[in-house]
Amino acid sequence: MNWTWFHKLASPPHAYRIAGSLTPWFGWPAFVLIAVGLFGGLVLAPADYQQGDAFRIVYVHAPSAWLSMFVYGTMAAAAAIGLIWRIKLAHAVAAASAPVGASFTVLALATGSIWGKPMWGTWWVWDARLTSELLLLFLYAGVIALRGSIDDRGRADRASALLAIVGVVNLPIIHYSVNWWNTLHQASTLTKLGKPSMAGGMLWPLLTMLLGFTLYFGAVLLVRLRGEILLRERDASWLRTVLAR
Amino acid sequence: MSEFFHMGGYAAFVWPCMALAVVVLGWNVLAARRLHALARERALRRTAAGKGAP
Repeated sequence: MNWTWFHKLASPPHAYRIAGSLTPWFGWPAFVLIAVGLFGGLVLAPADYQQGDAFRIVYVHAPSAWLSMFVYGTMAAAAAIGLIWRIKLAHAVAAASAPVGASFTVLALATGSIWGKPMWGTWWVWDARLTSELLLLFLYAGVIALRGSIDDRGRADRASALLAIVGVVNLPIIHYSVNWWNTLHQASTLTKLGKPSMAGGMLWPLLTMLLGFTLYFGAVLLVRLRGEILLRERDASWLRTVLAR
Repeated sequence: MSEFFHMGGYAAFVWPCMALAVVVLGWNVLAARRLHALARERALRRTAAGKGAP
């Protein structure tokens, strides 16, 4: 198989340019989907028969929780590619992902906590789902701190990549925690086998938000990636041509 | 309309969540753009230093 296209894509100038032209294709659909999803979730969807209007928190809680895990998966996959094939661009993707993932983990924990207060009567319980999600935040913090504490960029890339890869084991624990242990957190709504246990009028805004958040991550990642490429490409001659514009 | 903002009595829980989401979504855009702008500035300074006058 011919891998020229791959190496071309992984070369910083190409990646920088492609990332720049792809950004609006992620950003604008994300903006529209999130706006439509919020309107659908807050205005059009009927109130839940048990949780009333409090259930509407799901429209920001579930997408941020999904992103907290999806971004971690992306970061760890990029880190592994960077570690195994020594592709600098992959390490740049991992570095660009970490702060985004951490911010959505904070959002998932905060919105979950606010939702827990009226529904469970408590802001926090040390059950498996909440604790493993908190561990995810610590993993992000560890990856970011480890990268920041090592001056040499190559070593920082490899050390934080290792930690990111080891932390992947936490992802299935978060996902299956509600099945494996007796938790206060409700069970999966969307990903359980069979059909999702949510009425259509409630479901489509949630799916819209999930897709919107995912595309949003794509747009933010691309902008950050461009920054990372510029930081990493010391003295390369293409920098001058890129920056001249 | 006021019924909408009332959120069936859960306004104190629903709206802070929405506000937090807006803050996180906004911060990510700003932080990403700031990183890119900063990296660009640094790269400009580097290349200018390597070449002499910009």
